[in-house]
Amino acid sequence: MAGIDIEGLATVYPNGVRAVDGLDLTVADGEFFALLGPSGCGKTTLLRTIAGLESATEGSVRIDSTDVTRLEPGKRGVAMVFQDYALFPHMNVSENITYPLKVRRVAAATRASVAEKTGDELSLQGLLERRPGQLSGGQQQRVALARAIASEGKVLLLDEPLSNLDARLRLEARTFLKKLQKDLGITTVFVTHDQAEALALADRIAVMQSGKLRQLGSPREVFARPANTFVANFIGSTPMNLLPGTVASDGVSIAGGSLPAATGSVPSGAEVTVGVRPEYLTLSTGDVSGPAVRGSVVVAENLGTQSLVTVDCDGTLIGVTVPEEDEPSPGTPVVLTASEQRVLLYDKESGELLARQPAVV
Amino acid sequence: MTTAPAPVPGRPARVRGPAQDVAGLGVARAVGFLAPALLLIGAFLVFPAIWTIYIGITNYRLTGVEAVSPSIVGLANYTKALNDALFHNALWLTVLFVLGSAIVGQNILGFALAWTMRRARPAVRRTVEGLVLLAWILPSTVVAYLWIAFFDRDTGTLNSILGTQGTAWLIDYPMVCLIVFNTWRGTAFSMMLYSSALQAVPPSQLESARMVGASGWQTLRDVVFPHIRGHVLTNTLLISLWTANDFSPFLLTKGGPNHESETVPVYIYNVALQGGELGYSSAISFLLLIANLLVALLYLRLLRRRS
Amino acid sequence: MTPAFVVRRIGFYVLICAITLFFAVPMLWIASAPFDKSPGLGVHWPDWTLDNVRKTLDHPYAMHSMVNSLLICVTTAVAVTAFAALASYALSRVRIPGRDALLYGLLLLSSVVTGTAAMVPIFVMMFQLGLIDSRFGVALVMTGGLLPAAIFILKDFVDAVPKSYEESARVFGASTLQILRDVVLPVARPGLATILVWAFVNSWGNFLVPFLLIRSIDKQPGAVLLQTFTDEGGSANLSVIPVFSLLFSIPVVVLYLLVNSRYGFRFHGGIKS
Repeated sequence: MAGIDIEGLATVYPNGVRAVDGLDLTVADGEFFALLGPSGCGKTTLLRTIAGLESATEGSVRIDSTDVTRLEPGKRGVAMVFQDYALFPHMNVSENITYPLKVRRVAAATRASVAEKTGDELSLQGLLERRPGQLSGGQQQRVALARAIASEGKVLLLDEPLSNLDARLRLEARTFLKKLQKDLGITTVFVTHDQAEALALADRIAVMQSGKLRQLGSPREVFARPANTFVANFIGSTPMNLLPGTVASDGVSIAGGSLPAATGSVPSGAEVTVGVRPEYLTLSTGDVSGPAVRGSVVVAENLGTQSLVTVDCDGTLIGVTVPEEDEPSPGTPVVLTASEQRVLLYDKESGELLARQPAVV
Repeated sequence: MTTAPAPVPGRPARVRGPAQDVAGLGVARAVGFLAPALLLIGAFLVFPAIWTIYIGITNYRLTGVEAVSPSIVGLANYTKALNDALFHNALWLTVLFVLGSAIVGQNILGFALAWTMRRARPAVRRTVEGLVLLAWILPSTVVAYLWIAFFDRDTGTLNSILGTQGTAWLIDYPMVCLIVFNTWRGTAFSMMLYSSALQAVPPSQLESARMVGASGWQTLRDVVFPHIRGHVLTNTLLISLWTANDFSPFLLTKGGPNHESETVPVYIYNVALQGGELGYSSAISFLLLIANLLVALLYLRLLRRRS
Repeated sequence: MTPAFVVRRIGFYVLICAITLFFAVPMLWIASAPFDKSPGLGVHWPDWTLDNVRKTLDHPYAMHSMVNSLLICVTTAVAVTAFAALASYALSRVRIPGRDALLYGLLLLSSVVTGTAAMVPIFVMMFQLGLIDSRFGVALVMTGGLLPAAIFILKDFVDAVPKSYEESARVFGASTLQILRDVVLPVARPGLATILVWAFVNSWGNFLVPFLLIRSIDKQPGAVLLQTFTDEGGSANLSVIPVFSLLFSIPVVVLYLLVNSRYGFRFHGGIKS
């Protein structure tokens, strides 16, 4: 088992695109680590650079304290599962699983027992003689995982592990994957563009944009305290409200009302972007004391157990989630409130988080 | 270098993403991989093509003094071609052959087959397409013999059907025979190309046309044709190129009677190996190469624009 | 059903019948004449016999020419497939300097330099190389002619093979040779089989090249021998020609059906496969 240390890593394509642009990152031993970002953010390139499939232009990658930056992929001790699984169509499941051992000229008898054992671990009993083409998507994924595990790498790399599965199967596979990773305790880095997947699976998430790291933290941290408006926008199934506001003595004034906020060193009167998640806003129909924003309901969208209510507050549209039984009808005058630590202030220009508040996790 | 239609890939060269030497082959070994193929192509395709230029400006002959020591005659072969009535005749017959059998015959019959077979019952479709394909895949010598038998003066099937025993079709109407023959022989390509092109016409557009009550002809003109216009052009260019270079007329008529069916390929053969005038026939070959090059360049341009 | 509809339907079927007859009637001869006691050029219900088959098998050159065809075409097909496989893999996966220009050049070559346009220099070249009347020479010329197109078709196949196969093998430590042998070659097998058959069928039917380059009758492949039969002073040998035509066509049709059933008919812009 081993950790990964990445220092000043850059991967530049021949056409000059800096797919990975000066990155520092440490993945702890046994950690389940997510690289998250929109397509083209460099997350897959980073993963492939760790694997050795792309060569680093600058910086270094160390696995288990060994510098592997210039090593061949096969000599780095990494195992990888590709997005399309890359199962060899002409080999059966057993041959696929043990191909890494065949490359190392491990005896056939040993290979057979490894195939048997790994197949058992991943519930592939009875499928060992089949060809990949005869398997379901979920089974193919497990074969790819089995192959990666059988190769006994120190680090497991997964490229979009769930994206090739249909929605229902994806949830099941997600649970399976998390449990497997915990059972094996193998350092695992996976790439995903799906924030929900990253939040659900990872111990820590690195959010990337344009080859750069935008935030590194636990799922709770990136969800509750996005370090910038980019992350704020990207994380969460309902988008965070990002509204223009002005810092006042006791909070921020937005949309004709005000909300409490830890303004810290931000001077009164400064114009900021106020970020508050719909989930962290409270909607009430009666009167409330203290800072609040008032408006009327425009539309309510059913999200299952919750409803996303859009409120028009002095011309600004603000989203707020409420339990389904509390869904107000359009036109209802409502009041929105929030607790101080849920209201985040971002620099209006750079979009970076301003006030240094103690993290509420 | 086949007398069978030279295959041309359906799509132009297009690189999907940056080429990546995944297996770690390396440029040196990659060049080694390419070398045998390039050597063979260079020796048996590129070199002969270039050599036609040289032979074409000599008076090289198959036999006699000029066979041993040919001399450079400059552009004499080309000025000769300008005034050679038989060459003009060959050019004219090739134009007729291409126009009749490729541009009109194969194109229209191929499209008609693709269009009607679309909705035909699978069994009918398989049978008809199978026959058309069979005409295409049978070896050319066999096919030529089938048609010699079909056109035969005394017992030929055509005369039996029409009740015109004694009509020597290949002698009386050689070009008509060749055009019918080549339409029969080559329609399969156009049929398949148009079949796959027609599959790209969105069914919703055809249905919309039916909903507004367009007739079959209107549907073809307004909905189908705009989609396949590019295919019609490229298909026409390709089959024209192949037909102009087709050697099978030789198998049916050898160019006769009295040069009446002597298309350019047959003329080249007759001048070179019957007449022994290698220099002169090379000059004509070079002209054919240039014509091919122009058509091929146009074809690739069209393909590129389409993609 | 309106009368107009019925008329259109009838018209449609008459058209299909006419087209079918146009394609079928010239072929009837090859089905009937081989088994007829007195084969002629006309088509009629045969007076069944297998005498013609025996005569053809006994013919001094008929079966011999089949062997010649086989020799030439197997050599050509194997050479085309092997060299095109190597070249197409290199072109698909490695950024060789000048690659795009090379590809464009090959694409042009495959259609511009036809057998008819290059027959004179090829004849002269083979004549000076002393390769006239050599079956190996015929195979060489055919190989050179088929290679550009073969490289293109195969490159399409290789391009379509996901790179992740090779990458995955590489991550697991496979060497270049192991990747090629264990992964690339097996995955490309349908493409290789298609090219093998395509090259074989094309050289089997090729008349011009052996006609130009082969002089002696005992070295002629079937395509040329059939033409030689018909040239025998007008008195065409009608007991041998029909059977021979049939036998000579069988490999092509069988191979076509085989590829069609195994891999489905792939339409590569005009490739018989």
